[in-house]
Amino acid sequence: MSWFLAAPLAIPFISAVIVFLFRQSPAGRWISFVGNLLLLGAASLLMSRVLLDGVVVAQMGSWAAPFGITLVADYLGGVMVLITAITATAVSMYAIADIDSRKEYLGYHALFNVLIGGVTGAFMTGDLFNLYVWFEVMLISSFGLLILGGQKAQIDGGIKYITLNLVSTILFLTGIGLLYGMAGTLNLADLARTVPTLQNQGLVTIISVIFMIAFGVKAALFPLFFWLPASYHTPAFSVSAIFAGLLTKVGVYALIRLFTLVFSSDLAFTHTILLWVAAFTMITGVLGAAAQNDFRKILSFHIISQIGYMIMGLALMTPLAIAGAVFYLVHHIIVKANLFLVSGVSQVITGSTELKKIGGLYKSAPLLAILFLIPAFSLAGFPPLSGFWAKYILIAAAIEIDGWIIATVALVVGLLTIFSMTKIWAEAFWKPHPDGIAPALHRIDKKDRINYLTPIGFLALLTLLIGLFPESYVSFAEAAAEQLLNPSVYIESVLKKPHE
Amino acid sequence: MEALLAVAIGVLVAASVYLMLARNVLRFIFGLVLISNAANLTIFVAGRLTVGAPPLIAKGTEAPADGVANALPQALVLTAIVIGFGLFAFALVLMFRAYTTLGTLYSDEMRIAEPPEDAIG
Repeated sequence: MSWFLAAPLAIPFISAVIVFLFRQSPAGRWISFVGNLLLLGAASLLMSRVLLDGVVVAQMGSWAAPFGITLVADYLGGVMVLITAITATAVSMYAIADIDSRKEYLGYHALFNVLIGGVTGAFMTGDLFNLYVWFEVMLISSFGLLILGGQKAQIDGGIKYITLNLVSTILFLTGIGLLYGMAGTLNLADLARTVPTLQNQGLVTIISVIFMIAFGVKAALFPLFFWLPASYHTPAFSVSAIFAGLLTKVGVYALIRLFTLVFSSDLAFTHTILLWVAAFTMITGVLGAAAQNDFRKILSFHIISQIGYMIMGLALMTPLAIAGAVFYLVHHIIVKANLFLVSGVSQVITGSTELKKIGGLYKSAPLLAILFLIPAFSLAGFPPLSGFWAKYILIAAAIEIDGWIIATVALVVGLLTIFSMTKIWAEAFWKPHPDGIAPALHRIDKKDRINYLTPIGFLALLTLLIGLFPESYVSFAEAAAEQLLNPSVYIESVLKKPHE
Repeated sequence: MEALLAVAIGVLVAASVYLMLARNVLRFIFGLVLISNAANLTIFVAGRLTVGAPPLIAKGTEAPADGVANALPQALVLTAIVIGFGLFAFALVLMFRAYTTLGTLYSDEMRIAEPPEDAIG
């Protein structure tokens, strides 16, 4: 039983070690890809197990909860591990073409696999301090990936990313200390049982706000997101794509986990703050994007506005809204990583990501144009793509409880998202290239072209599939929401005696 | 003792916030070191302070006697110190690298990733 949970953790770290030994040979990139394929297999097994059992639990070293470290995957955790593996596989294939041998020698693939290990660990841990450790694993490898190559812009963006993330880490740690002092446990299931019985609920609310700020920085919420647009457009495209897909979403996941499981007693206070934050995050993100003129900078700001939608789902806290947040989370990871991958190909064949300097992609590279349109329309929420259903569920959930203001904000932000996507379309794809060149795909040699386009096509296909056949996925998201809102199954599965 | 440590933590946080408000990123990093130590002390104090009662289990019994020191916060602090040290070492090297490639340590002058004309757009 415990192998279902241990394998998705062990595989990335083992492949990181092997890949590091092969960093001077071209075999390294393929080993990284195969490692991620294995991870995808392990994650699928875990997911099938979760679908059978509801909650899969393993106590590390057979130390019973709440004393040992618990690994646990419920519907949300399982699907996040699966989507991590899918994105990692796609990006590691893309990296075969995208990452040059100098960056490989500096350890790109090893850092990448450690990052994936940290992300899966964060999604599966059932212990708050352990979550902190996985955040650190993720953080230190993301630092390395961000500044790999050492260009001026990377160092500059890296400083902002690193300093602000370290501040949030310390807040997280302080929150852990204070919560432990009050509850005497750090196991999430045990906390869920203990925290509502504590005497001083006012102090619990204060601690919950510390966590909200700490994870708010990680998730890039308003007004704590400034590190994101400062850094996400600077590293290699593979790095941008995996960061955009996964890192902020770990923060969102942690918020969803804590504010449904542990801090759900003072909803009127905490979730009202979250709702306002969600609205401002959506608006500032999309307005920030409207002011940008660079392919990747526009996409970076859109991450922020999309995070707002997920937090909106959490803040509304109805079954439908949480289902919407879960749906949005998965849809967003696929679409956002894909858009960054497309921006990478467009940079290779046009020579830049600045919209003023590029153009002509529609005429000379129609395949890339279609592969851009699918995730772009999905992000903006066009039917029948996955983004339409994600937005539809969330807005329906808001209207259901008469949240007209937040529903209006969500709709208007969706409209402005279309505006930004149209801007990229008009500048990069529609208008002729300013230098008069025709940026066709066969400017890339054939091997690289396959490695670039297969992951993009694969992720685009996933968006289409979720969009065309949403029923099973929506009912899954609803089941996940039900589990999150009635955490008794989670708590009992973690805390039951191992021999029972 | 708790009160004394609480004051010490307060002084550490105050000093570190002062340092972190500086435009010199090196000062910021020093502030970060101080505040991470304040966080470690917070965990330590929140785990209750016990004097002269090591958490040892007497021979023949299965659980320690009441009132022994809680070992868990110390383990947490130890982990946090190790992680914090690693991150600090990385941040310090990054600052050095920033000084050699960007030629400045002042955050106001670090405008390469986000050039000023972007603001007008």
